[in-house]
Amino acid sequence: MKRFLSGDEACAEGVRLARPQVISAYPITPQTVVVERLSSMVESGALDAEYIHVESEHSALSCAIGASATGARTFTATSSQGLLYMAECLTYASGGRFPIVMMNANRSTALPWNIYGDQRDSLSLLDHGWIQVYVENNQEALDMALMAYALGEDARVSTPVMINLDGFALTHTYESVEIPDQDQADAFLPAYTTDNRFDFDHPKNIGYSAGPAYNRYFKYAEHADMNRALEVIPEIEERFNTAFGRQYPGAVEAVSCEDADVVIVTLGSVAGLVRDEVRSLREQGVHVGLLKIRYLRPFPYAAIVAALRSCKAVAVLEKDVSFGAEGTVYTNVNSALFQAGLTVPTYNVIGGLGGDDITADQIRTVYTKLGAAEQNETEIPNVSFLGIDSVFDAADTSCSISNEGRL
Amino acid sequence: MGINAKTISDNELFFGHKACAGCGGALAVRAALKVLGPQAIAALPAGCMSATGFNFPDLCFANNAMITPFAATASVITGIEAGLRAQGRKPDDATVVGFAGDGGTADIGLQALSGAIDRNDDVLYICYDNEAYMNTGIQKSSLTPFGARTTTTPAGSHHRGCLTQKKNMFEIVAAHGIPYAATASVGYLNDFMRKVKHAASIHGTKYIHVIAPCPTGWGYGVDATVEIAREIVDCGLWYLAEYEQGSFTLNRNPTEFASVEQYLKHQGRFKHLQDEDIASIEQQRDAKWEYMRDCWTAPSRA
Repeated sequence: MKRFLSGDEACAEGVRLARPQVISAYPITPQTVVVERLSSMVESGALDAEYIHVESEHSALSCAIGASATGARTFTATSSQGLLYMAECLTYASGGRFPIVMMNANRSTALPWNIYGDQRDSLSLLDHGWIQVYVENNQEALDMALMAYALGEDARVSTPVMINLDGFALTHTYESVEIPDQDQADAFLPAYTTDNRFDFDHPKNIGYSAGPAYNRYFKYAEHADMNRALEVIPEIEERFNTAFGRQYPGAVEAVSCEDADVVIVTLGSVAGLVRDEVRSLREQGVHVGLLKIRYLRPFPYAAIVAALRSCKAVAVLEKDVSFGAEGTVYTNVNSALFQAGLTVPTYNVIGGLGGDDITADQIRTVYTKLGAAEQNETEIPNVSFLGIDSVFDAADTSCSISNEGRL
Repeated sequence: MGINAKTISDNELFFGHKACAGCGGALAVRAALKVLGPQAIAALPAGCMSATGFNFPDLCFANNAMITPFAATASVITGIEAGLRAQGRKPDDATVVGFAGDGGTADIGLQALSGAIDRNDDVLYICYDNEAYMNTGIQKSSLTPFGARTTTTPAGSHHRGCLTQKKNMFEIVAAHGIPYAATASVGYLNDFMRKVKHAASIHGTKYIHVIAPCPTGWGYGVDATVEIAREIVDCGLWYLAEYEQGSFTLNRNPTEFASVEQYLKHQGRFKHLQDEDIASIEQQRDAKWEYMRDCWTAPSRA
């Protein structure tokens, strides 16, 4: 059945089809619609789950942890400051190997306070042991809810999964979305079974402390199992395609990268815009490509290197900066290229902060300027901010910056 | 049948831990689990009992148990209870119980506790109160009493230890309209165990606040825990009470209090107090008892 759904609604439909048994959530813009829809589904009986009205995000995730320790399938959702508020619990969930699925509506972090989309919230938490996937559209939001449980609950992985949707650009934007039947979903995603739960016949201590002599074994296992997800993702996507007829491309999607001179690496909804520019530039005979990173954790080193092996310039476009350094996706991509011995020049294009627009003109300019740069026509700084100090902007006089750097 | 030394279970559920000799908290957890039985599912946040009981591979709970984020005792037990119920896996005789210290309850865990009571989740929350952050080395919590020396409320020429009163957790919890709340002391173990047993029989959220002296932090000999835990009740600085169906009941109503000075002087943390401090502590005690006797149901003085 096709319906016209926002990203939040599409995610809620996917979660309904996954049949979580416990949902604990606390409202925050722009996540709220997900939990409103799930509450309605529980009320109407469309979803048979315990819906827990917790008093904070910290409790939302810790409640899901308690439920997961009983073997229940659990869901929570948050955004921005809410994600940061529950950050402490992220490591309890991942270290405890509880395959909780969480939707995060990517949103800027204070201060200045801002409810609009960027990806600083989740990217600042890449090191907390969660699989992080970024979706491009609302169909993918629904489909990922099902695939996230299949991935996280796989005994080879046993890791929580964070599904990231760009705030407003996806969460509040409506698209046509195919909603599978419950029977189809049930066939794809069986009930969660695990040994990592309380047992009344053989009582267990779950989630303990481990000192210096043992700690590394737990942490190494966490790391190795997260990496194993890279092998499991294609298996799940193949099964998903068989069940629903939609094929996903693995941890990354490379669009026209084989013979591209310039590739933009990005993630999330802006990939759609970049995809359009690639298509139109290709029609004009310009050799450009897009590398969309879907999974930031585990980080798909090999797939990234394979896609960027033959290009002459790389731009990493991200809605994020690690203050005093550079965009975190840029750091990660550079590490992959360096380890593979690739010396292609890379540029970090930081934009979309606090919901700022990234325009088709800017993307086109990235391609054209970097295409020219490889002929040494222009000197381009490695890290720049769209709309501030970037060479990829059309002249913009709408906003001036004082000597103190304040807008 | 009441629970006492003759009828208590021999089945140990919390043993082999690394708690200090004479630990009041370990006694409270051990006794409560004996009452609740092997079907109990326990959750414990960062604190003395998790630090001493959950050291892989020496795991000291013979029942199902887990560690929680510090602020999250109440929300984790909510999740455990909901998860078991949602799957139809909750045995009829299983109590989901949280054990948190004074800091984990009255400070960092208060919000989550308030949320659980608000939802009336079917869980039992036991606060073992040793009146400071003992696991981190005796720092003041909001349940540290007036005058107590801790490593963050030093007693010197400017201040005589902790300047604030104990936060009134029992009445804060009761003000939510919780089905059952009680105070207790490990010095009156039968009373504590009776309350645990009664709490387990009630549906909804239950809260028991048990005084659990700490020889390390309070500065007394390791063999005096029970004696000190009785003295604090006998001298009136703690009280045994219950709140149920909207009513407060004092369980003990002494005609005469034992000596506050003697209780205080038994402990290193109060050694610096002067006569005027002790008089002030007695005054506060008397005001509290006047209020309780006026407003709560109380047995005849004995």
